[in-house]
Amino acid sequence: MIQKAILAGFGGQGVLMMGVTLATAAMREDKYVTYLPTYGAEVRGGTANCTVSVGDEEIASPIASNPDFLVVLNAPSLHKFQSILRKGGDCLLNTSLVHEKSIRKDVNVYEIAASEMAEEMGELRSANMIILGAFLKISGMVQPETVLGIIDETFRRKSPKVVEKNKDAFWAGYRYFE
Amino acid sequence: MKSNEKVLLRGSEAIGEAALRAGCQCYFGYPITPQNELPEYMARRMGELPGRTFVQSESELAAINMVYGASATGARVMTSSSSPGVSLMQEGISYLAACEFPSVIVNIIRGGPGLGNIAPAQSDYFQATRGGGHGDYRCIVLAPGFLQESVDLTYRAFDLADEYRIPVLILGDGMMGQMMEPVVLPAFREDLPKKEWAITGAGKGKSRFIRSLLLDVHVEESHNWKLYRKYQRIERREPRSDSYAVEDAELVVVAYGTAARIAKGAVRRLRARGVKVGLFRPITLWPFPAKALAGLAESVGRFLVFEMSMGQLVEDVKLALNGKAEVELYGRPGGVVVTPVELSRILSRRYNAMRHEA
Repeated sequence: MIQKAILAGFGGQGVLMMGVTLATAAMREDKYVTYLPTYGAEVRGGTANCTVSVGDEEIASPIASNPDFLVVLNAPSLHKFQSILRKGGDCLLNTSLVHEKSIRKDVNVYEIAASEMAEEMGELRSANMIILGAFLKISGMVQPETVLGIIDETFRRKSPKVVEKNKDAFWAGYRYFE
Repeated sequence: MKSNEKVLLRGSEAIGEAALRAGCQCYFGYPITPQNELPEYMARRMGELPGRTFVQSESELAAINMVYGASATGARVMTSSSSPGVSLMQEGISYLAACEFPSVIVNIIRGGPGLGNIAPAQSDYFQATRGGGHGDYRCIVLAPGFLQESVDLTYRAFDLADEYRIPVLILGDGMMGQMMEPVVLPAFREDLPKKEWAITGAGKGKSRFIRSLLLDVHVEESHNWKLYRKYQRIERREPRSDSYAVEDAELVVVAYGTAARIAKGAVRRLRARGVKVGLFRPITLWPFPAKALAGLAESVGRFLVFEMSMGQLVEDVKLALNGKAEVELYGRPGGVVVTPVELSRILSRRYNAMRHEA
């Protein structure tokens, strides 16, 4: 089985970083994985998105024309991608940033005010960790422990405190949909 | 990054890192989308490694002539560009071929003709395989289908270039350049081949000269014969291909690079439903794996060529099969990447029509 997710938002929100983290985790779990960022004549601060495909068999196309999951961090991305989400697929919205509702009635919509949660936790920048945690809970694409290992490697150079903050944010998101 | 350990790399980085590990000493290039991540990577990594030279040239013409100069001195050298930029390099590639200067040229193909777009395409097949510049010459043309193969073939490209003293082209597209996939990297080459022919400066033994201006027709003729014999040797020894589910196939898709990747997905989908289709994937586009393909025609009556261009690869398939089987074309030009699902529908329709005829 192959699962495909599109992660979309504004450039700078960390959607590409989330995608790479997810793909790296899948690789560590010896799964087949591809990561494909959008590219084009995009401008800085414009929309950014990436597609991560994970499976137990070879992945033919890294493109998702009918993804299983959609993670949306801004309104333009909701408009752009909601129509291609698979029927019965899962759509995760950061409602701190997306004030519109999905028009799809045949998909599961998960809403989380990640930016506000992050602010309450004292680190607005860790909103994407909350999203990543929530996404893993919903999708089960990779194991949370694998992602924690990568968070550790990524932020270790900064300080143990940064590592802890990011891990806390990740778990807050993960537990939100329990 | 350690060798023999899985790492997640972007396609352009995979090519760059493999080139550096193959002993690429010089890189010259001029920016063009969708391959800018490759020179960017080389600029950074070549600064970190000892004995490497990176130059961002003022134009593609300058870049390919820097390749020519560095190769003349015996260095392992590479350039990269995308379709319109590679067109600008053709004169230089002809000179490289004439002087038998080993070189590696990466073309991350974009939609064309003209400036076209930056989407994935395979429209430069003729330019690559027919010798896009003037004169009677060939380049070895390698077409990786997934990122591990991009690593392996780039690593191998430098050896092929040196062994045959020939320009080697590596073809990719924007999707292969931008996507990430786990790869295992080879070790750094320590033992680069000695080049007795190289021009390394005065005072080091007998004088040598290399030139492509051969005004005497007999001299030019014998030079062309020499090149021709070399090309024949390569055609005998170097064709490479891969096949999938062809044993009992009634219809075989022929595709390379990104198209082959998608075709494999389509074939796998149809096989799960009991449809007898298979895939033949040329890895070297020149020399074309004609023998292996013709061998398949012993048992397969019909081939469908799937290419992201309109009727280029299909010519080599027809030449290889030489009337032994039916050959059809399904091309998608302009940078469109079809999905495995779409392609499986097309294959399924052709397959059913074929069974109906029979």
